[in-house]
Amino acid sequence: MQEPQTVAAAEDMSILEAIRAALFAEMARDERVLVFGMDVGTLGGVFRVTQGLQQHFGGDRVFDTPLAEGAIVGASVGLAIGGMIPVPEIQFLGFTYQAFHQIGPQLARFRSRSRGRYPMPVTIRAPDGGGVRTPEFHADAVESQFTQTPGIKIVCPAFPDDARNMLSMAIRDPDPVLFVEPQRLYRTVRGPVTVRDDPLPFGRARIVRQGSDVTLIAWSAAVHLCLTAASELQSAGISASVLDLRTLVPLDVAGLVQAVTSTGRAVVVHEAPLTGGFGAEISATLHEEAFLSLDSPVIRVGGRDVPYPPGALEDAFLPTVPRIVSAARKAVEG
Amino acid sequence: MTQQPIEAGAVDSTVTRDARLGADGVASGDAPMSREQVLEAYRLMLQSQAIDDLAIKLQRLKRVGLYAPVQGQEAAVVGSALALDPRRDWLVPASREQPAMIRHGLPLVNFFAGYMGRLDSAGIPEGVKLLPRQQAIAAQLPHAAGLAWAMKLRKERAAVMVYCGDGASSEGDFHESLNLAGVMHVPLVVVVINNQYAISTPFHKQTAAQSLASRAIGYGMPGIAVDGNDLFAVYAASDDAVRRALDGGGPTLIECRTYRVGFHNTSDNPNDYREQEEVSAALADDPTTRVERYVLAQGLLSPGAMAQLKVEIRAELDAVQRSVADLPRPEADFIFQNVYDVLPARTEQQRAETVKEDRR
Repeated sequence: MQEPQTVAAAEDMSILEAIRAALFAEMARDERVLVFGMDVGTLGGVFRVTQGLQQHFGGDRVFDTPLAEGAIVGASVGLAIGGMIPVPEIQFLGFTYQAFHQIGPQLARFRSRSRGRYPMPVTIRAPDGGGVRTPEFHADAVESQFTQTPGIKIVCPAFPDDARNMLSMAIRDPDPVLFVEPQRLYRTVRGPVTVRDDPLPFGRARIVRQGSDVTLIAWSAAVHLCLTAASELQSAGISASVLDLRTLVPLDVAGLVQAVTSTGRAVVVHEAPLTGGFGAEISATLHEEAFLSLDSPVIRVGGRDVPYPPGALEDAFLPTVPRIVSAARKAVEG
Repeated sequence: MTQQPIEAGAVDSTVTRDARLGADGVASGDAPMSREQVLEAYRLMLQSQAIDDLAIKLQRLKRVGLYAPVQGQEAAVVGSALALDPRRDWLVPASREQPAMIRHGLPLVNFFAGYMGRLDSAGIPEGVKLLPRQQAIAAQLPHAAGLAWAMKLRKERAAVMVYCGDGASSEGDFHESLNLAGVMHVPLVVVVINNQYAISTPFHKQTAAQSLASRAIGYGMPGIAVDGNDLFAVYAASDDAVRRALDGGGPTLIECRTYRVGFHNTSDNPNDYREQEEVSAALADDPTTRVERYVLAQGLLSPGAMAQLKVEIRAELDAVQRSVADLPRPEADFIFQNVYDVLPARTEQQRAETVKEDRR
């Protein structure tokens, strides 16, 4: 069982372990924090992210709920009004389709619709993304749909250190947060985690690789595709930066503009279908804010505009390293 | 009316007292309310009628945007809300429970400010255990279940009462939240105001079931159907349910069978979908008239005092609406208030633009 992480020394962890450590730490820090959802208690979650929490904190604070995403989120609104800090898990982000109304129009705007009387310190955790051959709806990367329901922050870590610190920030945030966990990376990406008492606020993108010819922009699992693509581009003589947005809401417009201005070229990568995806928002923002610094049009690499396919064919749908490399070469070489 | 005759009493006979106030104003069975409570109920019902009249007038004068009258449902709304202690319990409205919200502590000024667009004054004051009106049908039900769950987890002795209509009973949120409330055994009272219509859709097109109260069986909680025009029956069922909630007995579903005499809201014309005979029949059984007859017969008020009360209620409302009309209208950047604790940089920029445009 994972014990609370309270020491500040760097420790090597997987993303999954980092998330679990953050849950342990925040539950220990504040007894109002509740963790609940389908199968999160006795089982410890289908990915075992919440393993050990119920044994440690008891069945009143960590519990299984009926199978009903709308009620899990809707009840979180009421629990927050009643003075609790709910951290519900939606088993897969693709299952938020059935909770969309309670997340967007209700949870996200409850502070506003109650004229400030009821802020919503709720963090919804949900894994998403492809590459693990899941059944239908389990991979859908629908996070950007919630950028159209202002009031909720959208946090998409790609590294263990961010997962650990940003989940703590999310749980302490007085506003609701959709915390998207890259399921493909849960156990495959490891890295040093340093617990920071006073982490940076949300809305700071981070350059995770420095380059001079083109900036690859991504969040969540796609950041790692971009890092691999950047290594391949390096051997072809192209120096690529990789910018990890980390949060879609708030969006770090200044950081985005700065990262692209330094190279003059940009490729934005996401797993959601291309049309209407958040890549369009990034591209439009860059054309509005940094047009004169661009040497070539911003190129988007997204999922195909089709329903997410069965696992056997998901590589035909997803953005891949070759597609990113090819887009970057087009941006640089024309 | 197309509804089935009301089976007086309960789907589950363990949860009711035999308390009735008939259409003739004669009580039978136990008298569940004290004289003071009856007078409080009567006053709230009269005030509800007066608010309907005033708000509809203001809407026609374009001073109120849209209004959904309570007319015909006063006993169901007031009788249930009176079972709560506003200092202890929570009230979660749908969008047609005006007298319940006021009785629970929403000041009349704030109430009218909401309808009249004076948004700076329209909030729910700190300490008033009330949620905002809910326009998305049934969406308030999981909120109420969660709130009741919080009361249970915090070991606070408090009940949560939530309202919805017959149309809401078809929504997924209705099923999901009643199921959750049953499993978690939370102190929740669900009051379904079955007014026979969801805008134009009659009850028999909403469900093939004869009863909404009977759904409680499927959620493992007591359910009771009452004559929603009977103040005593509604109060007795609600009082039982609140006591059960406070005593750790879990949730209850109450179906109040009544009739929406007025239009759905000020944009609706019910003559397009229902016959006048049906409305006339409902008007002949007005719930406030029942109480009025009882009040007179019991000598709780003299005819003179009753007439005076009606004048006072209307004068008070008129004074409130005049004072609200004098309140400043919100600035354009009000829309940015309370969206986040701290606005994101880009939204802050939009706020600044909005202020600039507004001053032009």
